[in-house]
Amino acid sequence: MNLRKYLKVYKNFLHTSFASELEYKTNILVDLITAILSLIGSIFLLSIFFQNNGYIGGWKFEQALIIQGIYTILNGITNTWFNPNLTEIVKHIREGTLDFVLLKPIDSQFFISLKKINPSGFLEIMLGFFLLFFCIRINQINLNLSFLTLSLITIICSICILYCLWFFISTTTIWFVKTWNAIEVLRSFLYIGRFPLNSFSFSLRVFFSVFVPIAFITTIPSEVFLGLSQLWKILLEVIVATVFLITSRKFWLFALKFYSSASS
Amino acid sequence: MLEYRVEIALWAISGIIPFFMLNIWTNNNLNESINMSDLMLSRYFLCAFFVRQFSVVWVVFSFEEDSLMGKISPYLIQPLNPFFRYLAQHLAEQITRFPFALIIAFFFFIFNPESIWIPNLGILVLSIISTFLSFLIQFLIQSIVACLCFWTEKASSIERLLFIPTLFLSGLLAPVVSFPKYVKSWIYLTPFPYLIDFPANLLSGNETNISGGLSMQILWIFLLFPLFRKIWSKGTKKYTAMGS
Repeated sequence: MNLRKYLKVYKNFLHTSFASELEYKTNILVDLITAILSLIGSIFLLSIFFQNNGYIGGWKFEQALIIQGIYTILNGITNTWFNPNLTEIVKHIREGTLDFVLLKPIDSQFFISLKKINPSGFLEIMLGFFLLFFCIRINQINLNLSFLTLSLITIICSICILYCLWFFISTTTIWFVKTWNAIEVLRSFLYIGRFPLNSFSFSLRVFFSVFVPIAFITTIPSEVFLGLSQLWKILLEVIVATVFLITSRKFWLFALKFYSSASS
Repeated sequence: MLEYRVEIALWAISGIIPFFMLNIWTNNNLNESINMSDLMLSRYFLCAFFVRQFSVVWVVFSFEEDSLMGKISPYLIQPLNPFFRYLAQHLAEQITRFPFALIIAFFFFIFNPESIWIPNLGILVLSIISTFLSFLIQFLIQSIVACLCFWTEKASSIERLLFIPTLFLSGLLAPVVSFPKYVKSWIYLTPFPYLIDFPANLLSGNETNISGGLSMQILWIFLLFPLFRKIWSKGTKKYTAMGS
């Protein structure tokens, strides 16, 4: 079966990339410390904002921490899968090694998006989950089945949107060749996801929900956690995620038509 | 450098985080607690953006790539320390970045026309000097980290680690005045506030201790430079080209 083949291939991907990453063991330790410090830093920044104010954009400190937790998880996922793989596309296209990927009898998007894995991101994901559980306790959220399914759906949708944003930018490499800095722009925009969307002015809020849907990535899942989110918002997020997934797929196939290998 | 105009424009855009932070500060009236008017705060963040643009350093990434690829070997034979090469690259890129930073500042003033101000010449010169000193401090710190490539191969992860305190403590995201007391008591002894907060305060006309700040910057350079010399001479002795 096709699916089984892909699972088997993915198992091999995991095996090879773990083997190569574990060559740099101290690196993983340094990355762990980086993740912890960066979480402490953003909580510190948040505490500065809340120094003399009870609310920021209608969010209490304890509630804003949920956003931090979700951001940390998503950032961990970015560091584990998206960053190592999608920055590789740039290299593939510059050096013309995309030819070899296209020749393989598996889907090129699958190969390009999942080939590598960076295990140090797992620690960040775990850190994010710890923070989330802590938040669930201090915000006295009671866990039930509908809450869990809703939050799971929204987080999965966020991951899909995030993946598509990364994949879009990496795909444009086929035309522009160098997109390192476009990725940096995306990164700095994603930074916004650490804060509740309501704390920004109206124009920025529109920008970050229509043009770059960062609002959907962290704010809506956090609202679901607090039980504040209306059903239409969740539905909207599901629709946005589907649209993104379909267009990113179409865009990749479209872009491949323009791929002409290196130096040709 | 001019070959990569779009590249540099995008790089300039990626530095706009201070403006997002400004938006949070003014939109929630957070400035009331730190005795800074909206106007001064917007100037502060604009200056922080400028200082950041002209003090960004990436030498460790270039050096790591060159040393992994073995390009360092021919550089070492040359009678000039290879770090001069990187220094020249950085300076050249800063000059090309200048017009793009001006365009972003222009848009900033269109949206916030009340925050236009013209610093007097003396202040301007002093803040250019202090921005350059801030650049030198960061360049020295990163060069020291880059020399660790001689031992570990992946020095860039150490740089990412060091970047976190730089990001949060330098004043790029929040002015150091707003920090809680327990942080303010020790932060002025570290190099961080002199990287962005001090030059930005100076340029934007906020209150700051000019002579104290400049002398701290120079002091840090004098502390870091011998360290760099030492680690460089130790590292080059340790260096063996890849594959030997």
